[in-house]
Amino acid sequence: MASRDDIKFLSNPNIGQQRQKYCRFKKFGIKHIDYKDPDFLLQFINEQGKILPRRITGNSLKYQKKVAVAVKRARHLAMLPYVADLLK
Amino acid sequence: MKQYEVTFIVDPVLSGDEIKATANMYEDLLKNEGCTIVHKDEMGLKQLAYPLNKRNSGVYYCIEFKSEEGKIIPKLELSLYRDERILRFLSLRLDKHGIKYNEDKRNGLIGKVKKKEKPKRTSSISDDLTKIEGITSKVAGALANAGVNSFSKLGAADAKSITEVLEKADPDLALLDPSNWIVAAKQMSEKVTFNDVKPSVKESVKKEEE
Repeated sequence: MASRDDIKFLSNPNIGQQRQKYCRFKKFGIKHIDYKDPDFLLQFINEQGKILPRRITGNSLKYQKKVAVAVKRARHLAMLPYVADLLK
Repeated sequence: MKQYEVTFIVDPVLSGDEIKATANMYEDLLKNEGCTIVHKDEMGLKQLAYPLNKRNSGVYYCIEFKSEEGKIIPKLELSLYRDERILRFLSLRLDKHGIKYNEDKRNGLIGKVKKKEKPKRTSSISDDLTKIEGITSKVAGALANAGVNSFSKLGAADAKSITEVLEKADPDLALLDPSNWIVAAKQMSEKVTFNDVKPSVKESVKKEEE
């Protein structure tokens, strides 16, 4: 039988926890964000083509700024839409 | 010396020769102004995300060049503005990371990373080779594809053939030293038989505890 010391939590404490967010650029050492790669940039915009906030993507401030610039450049070159619907 | 990059979209209605002539014209313009062309990338005909000048597609070109001073940029931009064949353009200066990125991309290092993330596992793995220190899931996948999917098989293989297998799967993996794995695999293959016996031992131990 499990003794009283073995039972620490009534429910599994790992359930319902949010996964730790991280900055993928810092983690994988990506220094440059290519504006000519719309498939990659698609990860940082929502269905309407708006740039996703940092609190969702988990990017660090430094790279969020670079992502924003890259997305804006891609939009200028018609690689990404300025406005869209059902982009993904 | 500063490195710049100019990307422009050429009207797709023009004939193939005219499109190429347009791109060459700007290349020559840069050369005549004393710039050295690092790379000219023909990205080809692409669908536009939104219509430009009532066109739904465009031919993308990207020219990377080095220039002593940025005096050429206003001249280049002016001629691009005035050119009716150019739908859109963007010129910018590259920082050191950008230069390195473009160089890596030309050498095919950037595209490969994506492939690395998803190693294909065609054959099933009977033993979990990743238990051996130094064998990652990538290496295990490569070995499994070559038919080495158990500790006993890995223990029987020699280091050279495994290095060859890894090199075929991924040149980076060939740098790893497989000789230690083989020794570990031999030990593990003996352990596996021991593990099969273990559950009954474990049960008896549990019963004793209770």
